[in-house]
Amino acid sequence: MAGAACALYAARAGLDVTVVDRGPVAGGTTGAGEGNLLVSDKEPGPELELALLSNRLWADLAEDVGEAIEYEAKGGVVVASSEHGLAALTDLVAAQRAAGVVAEQVPADRLHDLEPHLAPGLAGGVHYPQDSQVMPTLAAAHILRASGARLLTGRTVTEVLRTADGAVRGVRTGHGDIHAPAVVNAAGTWGGEVAALAGVSLPVLPRRGFVLVTEPLPRRVRHKVYAADYVADVASDSAALQTSPVVEGTAAGPVLIGASRERVGFDRSFSLPVVRALAAGAVRLFPFLEEVRAMRTYAGFRPYMPDHLPAIGPDPRVPGLLHACGHEGAGIGLATGTGRLIAQVLGGKAPELDLAPFRPDRFEEEAA
Amino acid sequence: MSTDLAVIGAGPAGLAASLAASARGVRVTLIDAGEQAGGQFYRQPAAGLGARRPQELHHQWRTWERLRDGLAASSVRHLTDHHVWCVEQPQARQAGFTVHALRGPLQEEPATVRADAVLLATGGYEKVLPFPGWTLPGVVTAGGAQAMLKGGLVVAGRTAVVAGTGPLLLPVATGLAAAGVEVAALVESAGPRGFVRHLPALAAKLPEAAGYAARLLRNRVPVMAGHTVVEAHGDDHLEAATVAALDPGGRVRPGTHRRIPCDTLAVGHGMLPHTDLAEALGCRLDGVNVHVDDEQRTDVPGVWAAGESTGIGGAALALAEGHIAGRSIAARLRGTAPDPRAWAAADRSRTRLRDFFAAVDSVCAPPTHWTEQVTDDTVVCRCEEVRAGAVREAVDELGAGDLRTVKLLTRAGMGWCQGRVCGPAVAGLAGCDPTPARRPFARPVPLGVLARAGHPTGTDHLTEADHPTEEGPS
Repeated sequence: MAGAACALYAARAGLDVTVVDRGPVAGGTTGAGEGNLLVSDKEPGPELELALLSNRLWADLAEDVGEAIEYEAKGGVVVASSEHGLAALTDLVAAQRAAGVVAEQVPADRLHDLEPHLAPGLAGGVHYPQDSQVMPTLAAAHILRASGARLLTGRTVTEVLRTADGAVRGVRTGHGDIHAPAVVNAAGTWGGEVAALAGVSLPVLPRRGFVLVTEPLPRRVRHKVYAADYVADVASDSAALQTSPVVEGTAAGPVLIGASRERVGFDRSFSLPVVRALAAGAVRLFPFLEEVRAMRTYAGFRPYMPDHLPAIGPDPRVPGLLHACGHEGAGIGLATGTGRLIAQVLGGKAPELDLAPFRPDRFEEEAA
Repeated sequence: MSTDLAVIGAGPAGLAASLAASARGVRVTLIDAGEQAGGQFYRQPAAGLGARRPQELHHQWRTWERLRDGLAASSVRHLTDHHVWCVEQPQARQAGFTVHALRGPLQEEPATVRADAVLLATGGYEKVLPFPGWTLPGVVTAGGAQAMLKGGLVVAGRTAVVAGTGPLLLPVATGLAAAGVEVAALVESAGPRGFVRHLPALAAKLPEAAGYAARLLRNRVPVMAGHTVVEAHGDDHLEAATVAALDPGGRVRPGTHRRIPCDTLAVGHGMLPHTDLAEALGCRLDGVNVHVDDEQRTDVPGVWAAGESTGIGGAALALAEGHIAGRSIAARLRGTAPDPRAWAAADRSRTRLRDFFAAVDSVCAPPTHWTEQVTDDTVVCRCEEVRAGAVREAVDELGAGDLRTVKLLTRAGMGWCQGRVCGPAVAGLAGCDPTPARRPFARPVPLGVLARAGHPTGTDHLTEADHPTEEGPS
């Protein structure tokens, strides 16, 4: 997805773009995602700024390809089950509003106006109308097609070609060389491997997540709905399993249920304990789901970086190399902003957001 | 409920394994979705129908009687109407596998069986490739027609065409004819040359084939080898099928089209193994088959597989494999290595039948260029109503290169059957390998059941350990 967005905005800026992927379109984490375009789950800071920019860009794109990519500006509803959780949520909302997020507090007795099938007894919640969703595989494919970029699938990049003075001059693939003065690493969870081909380190690690998909239903879950208590429990660096109920309906009918996080490498094997926890969490939020059948489940690998921020922008260590990866679980949502910023850098313009927090070499300094 | 061995599937492989293991002192629980043992091959008419001579529809009836009576006399616990949705690996602090099943008319009551060893005898299912008109009422699968004959004793129609490829077409055509249906044609896409080329391996079953040939002759069923169905016609029900001859390259010969009036068209293009449970357990596959060693062991310790799931080969091969698996399990559960000489006879039939079906496989392939007959408006995925044109667009214009991406872009294979029916067709149209899809749930499971799956008390409330920590959504 990030690569598709980079291709779109770079092509719009007048550049000649070739997209290379060792698999098909959306074959990595994109195809395993839920397609969240969220502002609600981000605390004020550089990631939220990128999310707000991306959110506007997604809305623009949706004017052309919205239907094809199942774009829905359906809004998010974050619910708190306890007074303690609600208090933390209220603090977050105040800070988010100051940063430009639209958020409306919903008292417990009004929650069911938004989501009639929510469980009783919740403490309250917040409605985030900017939260949206796309079908990520369709989004990547249609945005690539709209970009007009040359698409080479099934080709593995085996080498980043460099000039005598170290600058990038293209990539080598199993099917020949592609020459270009700039190479954008949008390899997601595998971004560290591509960076290594250029001789630099980029600490992108896989963080596994399972998604449960139900049978198709008439729309009974209107928004993206998830539990808020995580605010009290700040973004974790733990390798152990964590799950939180995240429930949403889709344009096609099935309800998607997330979200689990584990750092177990690229292990794709099925884990009943994980999906059991997902099912239990979803049923607690929406009791009617008890009777609804899960049709399938699948795992994906979020590209996780140690400070939970992506790597976006030129790599000062290798002239001509740029990175657009490491968005963890927010890659679909943040893709448009990322693509826009990359295109601005490639076009020699000042990027509209400060790229300093996303600097690809920021971990090197820590290590030194 | 706990046991030494859980056998999943009460067809020929599962029955043979259960009896072999049970005879050697293993506590066996045989778990099956059906109301009676027998699986697809020995499918029995429902008791209420009062069928007097069900053996008319079966060959090898004596073998079945031996299995049926053996099961009744054994200590095997047979759980009917148990639809297994997942076999769970041993977890920390808990010994053995957990077989999760659903029961009841709506398949929503949970049931679990704990076992030290598991035999997957999950059988196979029919492969059917699409053609224009194949969704019309009156077009059925060959196996479906046979199941109707064996199970319901209902005759599908008055005039039938049986078409496709593979050994299943013969008993279907003769079975329909014996039930009084006029079989207007048996249309087999394999040509006679292929059979001649593989004669040595195929000779194993020549007497059986000769028997079918005699029955086809007796019932005056015209056999059209090297032909294929190109279209089914009708408004709201099948009225006719157009068939055409194939050239040696697997293309339809121009000018050979023939329209045959019929109200039933039974189509089959071979079988595929059920491997969902094996895959969720992490068993290695060879192509579409579960990989097993000489003892029928998968590469996951404690898990054996036998019958169609290890490669399509019919009931006799399933019996041999099941027998070997049962004896291997009995020895291994005692901590000893089995002596393969003890099952030398079963081993010989296993070898012979595997050779035979390898030859059948290479002869009875669908026409190489079958996709040329599939028009863009032909529905390929019936669950999600995805047409061939959408699959072609996903590949040609949207950058899909494998089944999974085609599925994500078109929804083909996302519906109730999870791509079991349309998988081979979509792969053919997309020009990619028919890789088995990962289906951790062998059948849909209610979220409430899933949320409690694996808890010792079954339907108890969630324990504290299961309350997830709360964190962000993405």
